[in-house]
Amino acid sequence: MANAIIPNKHPMPAQDAAVRAKNFNEVALGYDEETVVAEANRCLQCKKEPCRQGCPVEVDIPAFIKLAAERDFAGAIKKLKEKNALPAVCGRVCPQENQCEKYCTLGKKNEPVGIGRIERFCADWELATGVLPQEIAPPTGKKIAVVGSGPSGLTCAADLAKLGHKVTIFEALHVAGGVLMYGIPEFRLPKAVVQAEVQSLKKLGVDIQVNAVVGKFATVDELMEEGGFDAAFLGTGAGLPYFMNIPGENACGVYSANEFLTRTNLMKAYLFPEHDTPIRVGKRVAVLGGGNVAMDAARTALRLGAEESWIVYRRSKNELPARHEEAEHAEEEGVKFAFLTSPTRIIYDDDYWVTGMECLRYELGEPDASGRRSPVPVKGSEYIMDIDTVVVAIGQGPNPLVPRTTKGLECNKKGNIIANLETGATSKPGVYAGGDVVTGAATVILAMGAGRTAAKSIHGYLSGK
Amino acid sequence: MYKILRKAVLAPTLCLFDIEAPLVARKAKPGQFVILRVQEEGERIPLTIADFDREKGTITCVFQEVGKTTMELAKLSEGDSIKDFVGPLGEPSHIEMFGKVVCVGGGVGVAPVHPIARALKEAGNDVTGIIGARTGELLFWEDKMRVACTELRVTTDDGSYVRQGFVTDVLKEVIEEKGDIALCVAIGPLPMMRAVCNMTKEYNIKTVVSLNSIMVDGTGMCGCCRVTVGGQTKFACVDGPEFDGHEVDFAEMARRSVIYKTQEQLAVGRYNNEIEHKCSCGCGGGK
Repeated sequence: MANAIIPNKHPMPAQDAAVRAKNFNEVALGYDEETVVAEANRCLQCKKEPCRQGCPVEVDIPAFIKLAAERDFAGAIKKLKEKNALPAVCGRVCPQENQCEKYCTLGKKNEPVGIGRIERFCADWELATGVLPQEIAPPTGKKIAVVGSGPSGLTCAADLAKLGHKVTIFEALHVAGGVLMYGIPEFRLPKAVVQAEVQSLKKLGVDIQVNAVVGKFATVDELMEEGGFDAAFLGTGAGLPYFMNIPGENACGVYSANEFLTRTNLMKAYLFPEHDTPIRVGKRVAVLGGGNVAMDAARTALRLGAEESWIVYRRSKNELPARHEEAEHAEEEGVKFAFLTSPTRIIYDDDYWVTGMECLRYELGEPDASGRRSPVPVKGSEYIMDIDTVVVAIGQGPNPLVPRTTKGLECNKKGNIIANLETGATSKPGVYAGGDVVTGAATVILAMGAGRTAAKSIHGYLSGK
Repeated sequence: MYKILRKAVLAPTLCLFDIEAPLVARKAKPGQFVILRVQEEGERIPLTIADFDREKGTITCVFQEVGKTTMELAKLSEGDSIKDFVGPLGEPSHIEMFGKVVCVGGGVGVAPVHPIARALKEAGNDVTGIIGARTGELLFWEDKMRVACTELRVTTDDGSYVRQGFVTDVLKEVIEEKGDIALCVAIGPLPMMRAVCNMTKEYNIKTVVSLNSIMVDGTGMCGCCRVTVGGQTKFACVDGPEFDGHEVDFAEMARRSVIYKTQEQLAVGRYNNEIEHKCSCGCGGGK
């Protein structure tokens, strides 16, 4: 262990903001071996392990960090993978400041240990040197259908496969990964990294059927009654885009963030015409919303060649739901912010192309039920924003396809599947659910935690059956 | 991979494939569509299901070469495979006993209208089919439509086959001749569907159209295919593709359908260059 406390995290090398704003390469470059060992040595190896309470998938953090400090990266990744099927993803996209690193003892007076960065290094080390075999329990003869291959489905599938169950994942798109593939941009989470993690799942014996839309080619009931599946996990996410419902929203040049990001990330429209999917980005782009998706869209717009990329958010900087780091990265790259501003209508020309957006300025009023000060429009403050592309990033709801076609599956008013958060059990015996389809749009790691919880319950359910 | 079991060239630039996709064929219903991707760098495009064979496990798709992807698709032969093929997507046609119905297919729209006409006839309806093409050379499936419908009328814009006139001209004759038509189904190019709707509105005949908006995923997650129907925004891929034609904002549809015109032309130009290059020096288009 280190003798003296090093107060700050070892800095993470990153691409220069001016350069990276023009390319899709990963922004954060990762630690090298010397730095990761030095950072791992900052860990105090506390007996109480407070960091672990902040991890939704309960990774044995001090143990893997100790192994990394000893340069036993094979041991470290093995320890990580006992609990986390997607460490290369989590090390990159988890909001560690609100999770493991929030509880780090060092963090009380200094900067916490860079747990995410160490996790990322170990995962990348494994992907570079070759994925290690994992222990798999003897076959149980039970079959489980996992619907959706996003973070919750992948985690649930990995856990169940390790317990000896036969797992088939059904994915609607042509590749597995869900939001990791179509939503989170290449410059934050390289798609090759996601696919490498998906490949390591296949080594556990998980069968992944892509191009399989459950609710269309077969319903959940049909999978269980005719397909011979003993249980099902629904991890279909929150993929239904919300629009503002303001005039002009169907004009040409208005995208949902889902469409904008799917074209760019999944279909690689940034490589058009080498890749066939086109995208059209004008000179001045307005992204509506203040979450991580909005930041991703605004940063993507710059990389697609926009001269100006604006975040238009109806509250102030303090209320931004996006991670602080994401907003900061966006700002460094040149994204501009119009706070306390909300559009009232989108203006278009004779050919139906967007030419501007009428906005209203807001001021903050009394705190609302959520404790945030609610925005109140300022009368007579209308002005026209001169823009030619709009990306609507105000949130997503659950895709209704599976809930609508599954008999006896209870949902709430918003269309989310009702599931016990402790067990993942739904109103339908043998059917479990977790992730965004239950909670509404949240984080990758929370979805993974829900996948893990459901896997435990499914294992219990099948063992007792 | 999804294998092409049969290929038929129906007319110049008009191609038919029977594609092996048993899971899609098992559930396919008239009115639904598939999304396919030809190869790894390919885009996802929607094609309406023209026929299906549950026993053989095949889906029949008919498409016109209108851009890079469909040109590339048409180059494939029997035995070749398509990278991705997903479906059946969208809501099936609403089939019941209506009475007298008219099914209008314009151009490549004859293919998707075929299974609907057949299902309507099987449900006991008196189905008058109307099919038309720009010229006789482009007309296809007259025989299949004759079997699917109670009665079939054929027309060509230039009069090179059977008679001269638009499908709307024939539709007007049918309406006036038969009276009390309960339903009209019209599938074809946007201007044709719009013209049919304008006409049937005058006669107050309920009209269903199948909208071919631009799509990406086809499962309701992006809203690329959104259309205004009865003043409300709908996603054609999950709420449709069939809608009440009298409620559809066709002007908006038309504007949205050419969003990527510039890029589409660029892609075709580049593709043609590649092919030409391939033919002249045999480098495989690699340089």
